[in-house]
Amino acid sequence: MQALIQIQKLRKAYGTVDVLHDIDLDIRSGEVVVVVGPSGSGKSTLIRCINSLEEYQSGIVLVAGLKVEKGPELAKVRTEVGMVFQSFNLFPHLTAHGNVALGPLRVLKSNKKDADAKAQELLVKVGMAEHAHKYPAQLSGGQQQRVAIARALAMEPKVILFDEPTSALDPEMVGEVLDVMQNLAKTGVTMVIVTHEMGFARRVADRIIFMEAGRIVEQGEPQEFFHAPREARTQAFLKAILQH
Amino acid sequence: MSLVETFFNWSVFMASLPALLEGLWITVLLGVVSIAAGMVSGLFMALARLYGASPIRFLARTYIDTLRSIPLLVLLVLVYYALPFVGIRLSSFTSAALAISLVSCAYTAEIFRAGIEAIPKGQFEAADAIGLGFFSSMRYVILPQAFRIVVPPLTSNCINVLKDTALASVVAMPDLLKQATQAQALAANPTPLIGAAVLYLLLLLPLVRLVSYFESRHRKNTR
Repeated sequence: MQALIQIQKLRKAYGTVDVLHDIDLDIRSGEVVVVVGPSGSGKSTLIRCINSLEEYQSGIVLVAGLKVEKGPELAKVRTEVGMVFQSFNLFPHLTAHGNVALGPLRVLKSNKKDADAKAQELLVKVGMAEHAHKYPAQLSGGQQQRVAIARALAMEPKVILFDEPTSALDPEMVGEVLDVMQNLAKTGVTMVIVTHEMGFARRVADRIIFMEAGRIVEQGEPQEFFHAPREARTQAFLKAILQH
Repeated sequence: MSLVETFFNWSVFMASLPALLEGLWITVLLGVVSIAAGMVSGLFMALARLYGASPIRFLARTYIDTLRSIPLLVLLVLVYYALPFVGIRLSSFTSAALAISLVSCAYTAEIFRAGIEAIPKGQFEAADAIGLGFFSSMRYVILPQAFRIVVPPLTSNCINVLKDTALASVVAMPDLLKQATQAQALAANPTPLIGAAVLYLLLLLPLVRLVSYFESRHRKNTR
């Protein structure tokens, strides 16, 4: 079966500095992939290439067979790919409900009644129903991020990208967001997650990808990755982060 | 003649009041038309300046720079006295509205541009990520936020436009100032001029207060 996301020979540079070197990666439908690695290793850049928030110099990125690049197909790609940001990026002038309903209303062209019903259903799903009428500024970071997850889900995307979704949160709020993501993973939606939460990665990931300096150094199932890493650099990374 | 009789002559004032009020109406009408035209065109000019193809961006920037540099009075005189030589004869109201709108468009464009540029990059990315196209992003995400930021400078610009309408008296527009100078000549007494000044103040002082109010509210909200 054809992979949902196909990345071949992806190369990306800022000026003369290469940030991604010849990345090859296939992600199956329904797979939960966690990308880990030190800061500046290109993890975020990689997933931002999957919905063209970053442009790349060469290589191919396909989502459900559609080429991800500036052009007429990009709108279609973006309805298939949801994204959750480190800094939430909720729309501050809209309520939680308004944030979630905007995509269905203005992109999917649903009628108001259907968009409202869907927004309500998704806010229930992320445990934010009683805060539907509040504006982002009235919500805690964890609550905002849960609304942001509902906003991404509202487009019924084939895949959701998570760009360090808990890195900007106070420690006591990390759990509530990870719980929502873990429940989401069980529903079979394809997820690509950049995170530093190793416990979460171990529990939820089908596959872990370790990146360093713009390359995929090693990948494998969590069990194998955490207990028997093959590469010396992976071992050093795991040693550094897991010893606390 | 006493000072009061000279500058605050009640009978002269009452005699000139109908003309002054007529002038005030024209001033307000000219102001509203110019403000509306300048604001709508300014918004599109800002979008062209920020997101147009590079020749369009260049033209928009040239327009904005030029119209911000040329004195309004000079432009007004050009429109009213020079255009007839190429067969374009505009009424004094149209000339004044056109000149003031053209200049207001340039200033408004700069205000909108600053407002749009103040919106964090993450908002554009989030709008892109849920698949909103350019115009939908602008309409539903970026501009509603930008508008809130630019309310104080935009109101301030409205005040300038209203004040600038007084220049229209130069092209024989029967606006507030023109009516006042005519009444003054007729009565051989400067009271109508004082009356006009007072009417300008009554019109503009509340707006000036409003700007201060918007600014303090904006400071509170962004703290």
